[in-house]
Amino acid sequence: MQRIGVFVCHCGSNIAATVDVKKVVEMALKEQGVVHAEDYPYMCSEAGQSRIGEAIAQKKLTGIVVCSCSPRMHEATFRKAAERYGLNPYMVEIANIREHCSWIHKDMEEATEKATILMRAAVAKVHLNAPLQAGESKVTKRALVIGGGIAGIQTAIDIADAGYKVDIVEKTPSIGGRMSQLDKTFPTLDCSACILTPKMVEAAAHENITIHTYSEVEKVSGFVGNFTVDIRKKARMVDIDKCTGCGVCQEKCPSKKTPNEFNRGLNNRSAIYTPFAQAIPNVPVIDTDACIKFKTGKCGVCQKVCQAGAIDYTQKDEIITENYGAIVVATGFDTIKLDQYGEYAYGQSKDVITSLELERVMNAAGPTKGHLERLSDGKAPKEIVFIQCVGSRCSDDRGKPYCSKICCMYTAKHAMLIRDKYPDTNVTVFYIDVRTPGKNFDEFYRRAVEDYGVNYIKGQVGKVIPQPDGSLLVQGVDLLDQKRIMKKADMVVLATAIEPNPDVRKIATMLTASIDTNNFLTEAHPKLRPVESPTAGVFLSGVCQGPKDIPETVAQAGAAAVKVIGLLAKDKLKTNPCTAKSDELLCNGCSTCANVCPYGAITYETKLINDHGIREDRRVAVVNSALCQGCGACTVACPSGAMDLQGFSNRQILAEVDAICR
Amino acid sequence: MNKQAELIRQVSGVEPLKCMKCGKCSASCPSYEEMDIKPHQFVSYVQNEDIEALVASKSLYKCLSCFACIERCPRGVKPGALIDAARQVVVRQRGQQYLSADEIPALLDDEMPQQLLMSAFRKYRR
Repeated sequence: MQRIGVFVCHCGSNIAATVDVKKVVEMALKEQGVVHAEDYPYMCSEAGQSRIGEAIAQKKLTGIVVCSCSPRMHEATFRKAAERYGLNPYMVEIANIREHCSWIHKDMEEATEKATILMRAAVAKVHLNAPLQAGESKVTKRALVIGGGIAGIQTAIDIADAGYKVDIVEKTPSIGGRMSQLDKTFPTLDCSACILTPKMVEAAAHENITIHTYSEVEKVSGFVGNFTVDIRKKARMVDIDKCTGCGVCQEKCPSKKTPNEFNRGLNNRSAIYTPFAQAIPNVPVIDTDACIKFKTGKCGVCQKVCQAGAIDYTQKDEIITENYGAIVVATGFDTIKLDQYGEYAYGQSKDVITSLELERVMNAAGPTKGHLERLSDGKAPKEIVFIQCVGSRCSDDRGKPYCSKICCMYTAKHAMLIRDKYPDTNVTVFYIDVRTPGKNFDEFYRRAVEDYGVNYIKGQVGKVIPQPDGSLLVQGVDLLDQKRIMKKADMVVLATAIEPNPDVRKIATMLTASIDTNNFLTEAHPKLRPVESPTAGVFLSGVCQGPKDIPETVAQAGAAAVKVIGLLAKDKLKTNPCTAKSDELLCNGCSTCANVCPYGAITYETKLINDHGIREDRRVAVVNSALCQGCGACTVACPSGAMDLQGFSNRQILAEVDAICR
Repeated sequence: MNKQAELIRQVSGVEPLKCMKCGKCSASCPSYEEMDIKPHQFVSYVQNEDIEALVASKSLYKCLSCFACIERCPRGVKPGALIDAARQVVVRQRGQQYLSADEIPALLDDEMPQQLLMSAFRKYRR
């Protein structure tokens, strides 16, 4: 028979204002096995915890029920407290009378009744609790970073500097990511490549960093501290060790009609290509869809001109398997497709471009060699219109409901750079709100207006109408002046919403990391654990978690690295003892549990079973408790009820249900 | 809540609080300059329950029902539907016809294709 103590928390007024805590205490004392019950304003405080300790000692408690907030909040706190005072931590149960009760009810009587019922269910469960012992698992001291943009690079460098091995897996032929496509960066207007490439070089040269470019994560298994990852190294068709990066193959390649992804398709590239001059590694890849050799079997020019003999048309994709202790997702973003925004004439006119395309146009390595010109006729634009919030802040199904956060600042940057370099070009920005919080950010925007004469007009643009003479008519209103505006422009730039890289869905599924409705990865806690995924051992870096600019991305990348280092610094991790256990007498060997187990923790063995005097060899399920994460899928799937989750056994759960229905 | 404001909300199915005041409706409106109350203002008139001014506005008769504002609104607020609903309020007031039936023949444009008239009837049939 258990001797149970019930502790009811007021949580200041969070609980006590809606639940009559004294009444819950009174009702608890009527429950079978409850030998102690009390209430306290803040049970989680040190004083509250020591009251639990006193009760354990004085009343010789064998089990505890804490009626307080969600177990996600303080279960660990109370379990640790119990352990400190000599009670097995798994003899503690939480009745959630805050999130599940006081916060959602208004009527005190009803809320008190519900709190009492929740308390009763927890007491019923504790009666069946048994002490559990946590096991240990080893930590593989190596981290994987998925994505080689500035977020991934910074995370990798920070982890590597602490002395741990890191692998970066990057899908494209080079690391560098979106930042390598940018021309200048706000608010200091320094050249993006100038600050990024040293970091790329640092990562490539670091003894603790291995970079797998042109590679993708194929499969992930295992759990925190012990992930096993299959990485597909796509065939480059170029020997990375032999290539000297001379670039002759790209010059001589006769297939030059493939849209250049790095320049957002604004010009073309050869079939054998490196995305940009400072690419790391500076080794080209052959795009086999565009290569004449691969399409017709004839050509082979690159192989003939390569002095190093690095071209190898027989290369095949290779899959390597590595073990990691931690995984960081840094998959970044892309701009949304504008197919549904016909009113802005994007796709209709070459002179309507996205901001990211403008970055390429302004960049010396871009399609226009850095000259600001119309892509239709190469003329210098004299009137440029910027349209903000294209696809951002849209609650309809065309766009994204969130603010993309970076557009106000980069538009001010573009406007300023254009006014500085081409003073006779007028710049007009149509905005809904100008959002520039951040150090030196609003000052930056005001400089665009006050020092550079950029014309900001409040009001979203209605439509952009391409004119027969090649110009663009921008139809809008000035909401502050209540005036119709029909502005003739030579070029229109759309501040297109950003969205997480579409591949992130696939990766999140492999990692069992959760994503929100906008495909951003979810944090374990939006305020207090912003760089951790709810899946243990998976961390978040950069825009895959939410829109952010470069300084924020770098800060978050460092934070994610610290969390990884904290994990890798441990030799062993305590495992969750709430694992599945199979009852060999009931198991019929059907394999259903093994098929649903996401962790590969269940195997089958043939064992001699003594079933009430009948001795026979039977095929039965065996759970590897080091691999089992206690998800409970097998317990639900098992048709004969042989699988049980320790700490959440079928009996315990039914006892709770019975108590609630009593 | 003002009864008429409630009626307009019900008939239009529009929640004015969803408006973020971006002005795209007004920017899209082909009749903007002829309106005394501009499309983006309809929303705040309903929100502020200033229905009297709204039903007295000549904007109700300047709206072409092209529904560009409904189509392009990023927040799913439908200024065009509010106008439509405001017209309903006028129609429901006894003796408040904007035109009497006798006046219509004189206003008919001979050049106007009859199909256009028919399609307008079809559009507004209930």
